[in-house]
Amino acid sequence: MSDTPLLRASRLFKRFGGVMAVNDVSFAVQEGQILALIGPNGAGKTTTFNLISGTHGPDQGEVIFRDRRISGSRPSQIAQQGLARTFQNLQIFGEMTVLENVMAGCHLQGTAGFLAAALRLPKAGAEEKRMRGQAMSYLEQTGLAERAHDPAGSLPFGQQRLVEIARGLAVQPQLLLLDEPAAGLNRTETEELDRLILRIRDQGISVLLVEHDMNLVMAIADHVVVLHYGSKIAEGSPAQVQANPDVIAAYLGDDWAAPPRREAADA
Amino acid sequence: MKRLLIARLGSPNLIAFLIMALGLAAAPVFIDNNYIITVLTIIALFTMLTIGLSLLMGYAGQISLGQATFFGIGAYSMAIFSTRLGLSPWLSLLAGMILAGGVAYLLGMLIFRLHGHYLAMATLGMNIILYLILTQQVDWTGGPSGFRGVPDLSIGGMTLSTDTHYYYLIWFFALITIALSLNIVNSRVGRAMRALHSSEIAAETLGIDTGRFKLQVFALSAAYSALAGGLYASFLGFISPSSFTINASIKIVLMAVVGGLSSIWGATFGAAAILVIEQWLRTAIKSLVPGASGEQEIIAFGLILMLIMIFMPEGLVTGAGKALRARIARRKPERAQPAGG
Ligand SMILES: Nc1ncnc2c1ncn2[C@@H]1O[C@H](COP(=O)(O)OP(=O)(O)OP(=O)(O)O)[C@@H](O)[C@H]1O
Ligand SMILES: [Mg+2]
Repeated sequence: MSDTPLLRASRLFKRFGGVMAVNDVSFAVQEGQILALIGPNGAGKTTTFNLISGTHGPDQGEVIFRDRRISGSRPSQIAQQGLARTFQNLQIFGEMTVLENVMAGCHLQGTAGFLAAALRLPKAGAEEKRMRGQAMSYLEQTGLAERAHDPAGSLPFGQQRLVEIARGLAVQPQLLLLDEPAAGLNRTETEELDRLILRIRDQGISVLLVEHDMNLVMAIADHVVVLHYGSKIAEGSPAQVQANPDVIAAYLGDDWAAPPRREAADA
Repeated sequence: MKRLLIARLGSPNLIAFLIMALGLAAAPVFIDNNYIITVLTIIALFTMLTIGLSLLMGYAGQISLGQATFFGIGAYSMAIFSTRLGLSPWLSLLAGMILAGGVAYLLGMLIFRLHGHYLAMATLGMNIILYLILTQQVDWTGGPSGFRGVPDLSIGGMTLSTDTHYYYLIWFFALITIALSLNIVNSRVGRAMRALHSSEIAAETLGIDTGRFKLQVFALSAAYSALAGGLYASFLGFISPSSFTINASIKIVLMAVVGGLSSIWGATFGAAAILVIEQWLRTAIKSLVPGASGEQEIIAFGLILMLIMIFMPEGLVTGAGKALRARIARRKPERAQPAGG
């Protein structure tokens, strides 16, 4: 691990009307780390993701990624820097095939514009073939190769989550943000996801994970940050966080034990 | 060059394309009727216009109720550049496309900040402004009474003069437009456009510069429309502002909707269907309701649009294609592979 972190979020604030969705949140993701961002419903986890990925701009604070300030940039520019994400409320391209979804994720790996595409220049053809191969390899990694040619919208919920992960991998990011990837998955699927996330980390991609499934978090996270009502109330190793009285209080106070019902977060 | 363009299209598209090209090439041999040849030529023009709109609305998700603006820019560029500025007709055609594309790009920078209804309004406004310019700038445009004496195009010393010449020329360009558009749709940029249509937020986070794509597609659709406009001006030799009003824009929307917004073939079909119905209505309404005027035609089109939106919101070609695929899939439980186009 190098001493400068891969990503540093400094004193982020975001208010929606009367709600302080994110209230002075700072943390850092080290290279090669799986960092879990946890907290009760409405704690501000998705909003934090939106601030990092550029979907929303922070009211205050900044995000530094690979020594560059990314807050204030467009999401597409942030993606170009090597940051990809998935969405809690799925943002799949439902009418496109699973393969096309992932090939859309390969967008930055290509350069062919309208002219090259319209005239089918040899360069564009070669690029297309390469992207198809890359996309297929991401589908194989995520166990979706069988469904490559199905419309993505026709897949069951759990597999649509995997399509988003494959699509995010196709960006070839250095940091992948996963917003509740296990929501809606059954036991075995969650265990497979477990292994998938570890494999992703082992490829050198750092992971920032929002997750309600505590077993998953405890099993794979290197570091945990806990949010509550928009504020950071604790951080540390999974064991440290689990033993933290503030964290326990936050969870007992809320219906943490119940599975999250609300899927319609913003994004 | 045509062969090169289409050689690598997906095979169902390639077969459909070849059948269509052969049919169109042979048609004048069997049809000895100038009226029908002219209607077919107009279908080719509206195919280009509708494909432009279909790319914009169906693939990039941006509304335009003002496509006739660029049709008009193309037509008047052909007329004015070739007669007043002394450019050759071919250069005038090209200049019109570049001008329309440039205007679209600049206007897009202003109006694509708007969404939904506001964007629709802005494009309508753009069309109204063009109409005002065309009717007011009499010295350049000939004003409301139109512009006479648009020169004919010529190929290798042969001046195109007959309806059949223009039939071949304009369908040649329409087919090229179809081929290029099919290629675009099934490419990296095509995926980016469809992604942006489906979820702009997700497309952005994949590194797709959605703002730039919208502008590029708008400019492309404008260039297609201007191509149609320039060819139209040479074909008729006479143009007037009334061909480039909001009514024409709405007709293009109707064609795109009838064919299905996300379908290049649908756009062709929609253009043909609406123009044939229009011709038929003109005679049918007159014999059914003596003394009927253009108003009835508009009412009939309104009804068609409503019925399609209610029963087949994806348009006839896309909707029918889906129904067919669903049927085949039920009979044979195999995976259907949706082909683009
Ligand atoms: N776009 C928005 N507009 C208004 N309020 C919002 C918006 N996004 C989030 N909020 C509010 O901000 C707070 C934090 O929401 P956020 O979605 O970030 O929580 P979360 O931790 O992801 O919750 P969950 O576990 O339910 O997904 C909530 O009170 C939510 O209602
Ligand atoms: Mg959330």
